[in-house]
Amino acid sequence: MEFINNLGEFLISLKDGLLYYLPGVGRPDRVLEFLWGHQLITFVALVFANAISLPLGVLITRVRILYDPVIKLTGMLYTVPSLAMFGLLIPLVGIGFTPSIIALTLYSLLAIVRNTAVGIDGVDSAIIEAARGMGMTRRSILLQVELPLALPVIFAGIRIAVVSTISLATLASYFGASSLGKLIFEGIAAGGGRNDKVAAGAIGAALLAILFDTAISKLERSLPGVTSKQVGG
Amino acid sequence: MAVTGHVFLLLTEEILLIPMIQFNDVVKVYPGASQPSVDRLTMSVPEGETCVVIGPSGCGKTTTMKMVNRLITPTSGEIFVGGHNILKQDQVELRRGIGYVIQQIGLFPHFTIRDNIAVVPKLLGWSKARIDRRADELLDLVGLNPAQFRSRYPQQLSGGQRQRVGVARALAADPPVMLMDEPFGAIDPITRDHLQNEFLRLQKQLKKTIMFVTHDIDEALKMGTLICILQVGGVLAQLDTPANILAQPADTFVADFVGADRGLKQLTLVRVGQVMQTTLLLGNVSDSGADLAAKMRSHKIDSLFITDDAGKLAGYVGLDEAQTHPGKPAKAMLRHLISTTEEEATMKDAFSTMLSYGIRYLPVVDPQRRLVGMVTVDDAQSLIAATQPAPAGG
Repeated sequence: MEFINNLGEFLISLKDGLLYYLPGVGRPDRVLEFLWGHQLITFVALVFANAISLPLGVLITRVRILYDPVIKLTGMLYTVPSLAMFGLLIPLVGIGFTPSIIALTLYSLLAIVRNTAVGIDGVDSAIIEAARGMGMTRRSILLQVELPLALPVIFAGIRIAVVSTISLATLASYFGASSLGKLIFEGIAAGGGRNDKVAAGAIGAALLAILFDTAISKLERSLPGVTSKQVGG
Repeated sequence: MAVTGHVFLLLTEEILLIPMIQFNDVVKVYPGASQPSVDRLTMSVPEGETCVVIGPSGCGKTTTMKMVNRLITPTSGEIFVGGHNILKQDQVELRRGIGYVIQQIGLFPHFTIRDNIAVVPKLLGWSKARIDRRADELLDLVGLNPAQFRSRYPQQLSGGQRQRVGVARALAADPPVMLMDEPFGAIDPITRDHLQNEFLRLQKQLKKTIMFVTHDIDEALKMGTLICILQVGGVLAQLDTPANILAQPADTFVADFVGADRGLKQLTLVRVGQVMQTTLLLGNVSDSGADLAAKMRSHKIDSLFITDDAGKLAGYVGLDEAQTHPGKPAKAMLRHLISTTEEEATMKDAFSTMLSYGIRYLPVVDPQRRLVGMVTVDDAQSLIAATQPAPAGG
């Protein structure tokens, strides 16, 4: 019975959260501002994370002795609690956008680095041997064979990074950056009276996750990787 | 005596005696290993020969082959390909000039068949038009219809078709030397026999210098014009023609390796095309049951091969059916043949096919499936009787 009541309250909060998006009833202007801020933090952090992780992932498959240290280090960074991470960064770079970008970039390293390395290592060794035996250079083997074939695994890593970045970006507003977290924290601070704000923030984050995922699917399909046609689907 | 005979043959037939592949005192010791994998190997493969490298596991046969295109670097010694010391050549350039076929085929799954064949020509900077022409020509050569296959992806092909593309890819830039690492190892026995026959036909036209690694002695005897037997530790036991390996094994290791049934193995040295009967009694698909029955009775046989107007083998008709349906044409009572063989197949292939299907004769067809002859169990048995190894010293 109590569960039914709680479920009812949850659905009402969700409805109120959606009403928060309506002009006149809610504050669509604030929603848009925070969606934009949240999106910007996510996008910039992912650009940095990819720019660092993709080459790093490739590098550790070439220089084997770096493999373990790099995976361990990125793993350790991933386990730092997010509040502690922001807290540690503030004395170094202040508050706002910059520490948010640094923290979220660091959190994304593990998924992308590891998936890039695992994807490249997972390419059938017979294919690589054939490529070497035909006289392809290491560079063209990487660009024409290994990366295209590793693409599905690499993109799986990027997708994990996207979801965790969107979710963690809510915390950034606690440290002075503009993100949907602002709505959530306001809602919580109101002591249960403004669950509509909490729901509005969560709905916004879910919307962004869908948008980013769609964009990434589009990007993946436009690259010369493996498609369903090639694997016999 | 037979050894000298072979060398003499080479001297008279080959004006240039520079071997295409030459190993001089080659040693390979892997880091951390106490024993060498290849030990002071000196051997040569003359132009146009197919040298099959074989031996028990751990004999370094794959290592030996991979040193030729420098996928593995020798610890010491020299290797020459076409007269050039490969250790002084750029390894990428070297590899582009050597065809390479591996057991797992290693086609690029994200490339079309045409693009897979195009890899080396592209590296060599050929024009698109020239690559397109060459890809179609090669698909034809390996028996795949270019229009049907060029735009497909490897996953859409059967194992046998993929192996054909693997061979086409290795031949793309027309390299004088081919390395083949158990190329038919991962293919089912029936398709393997067929691909071996096809490759023998191809090699008759192409006359490449081939180094071929296998662990299957029957395949070695069938495919090789020369056989190089290595012992564990990469020591050369014998390099000779298949006939000499069987007739005069250099030592007990070779004799044991070749196997106890050397009389049966001799069948591997005889090709179906050499012994098949070519004048056959045939029926046509439109002949009536009565005609066929009369033909069979007059020659005292109980079945008859039936061909169509193009000479293609359609099946066979038994005496009983022909007598039961005197008015029907042959095509209405045709029975399907269990198996066929090809001229390039060995008598061992043909014999084991007949034994495993329990049949007494096997029709021989050409690549267009036209009936060209027939071999029987009796043919095989009389060959075994004729080639029984004489007692030692004989």
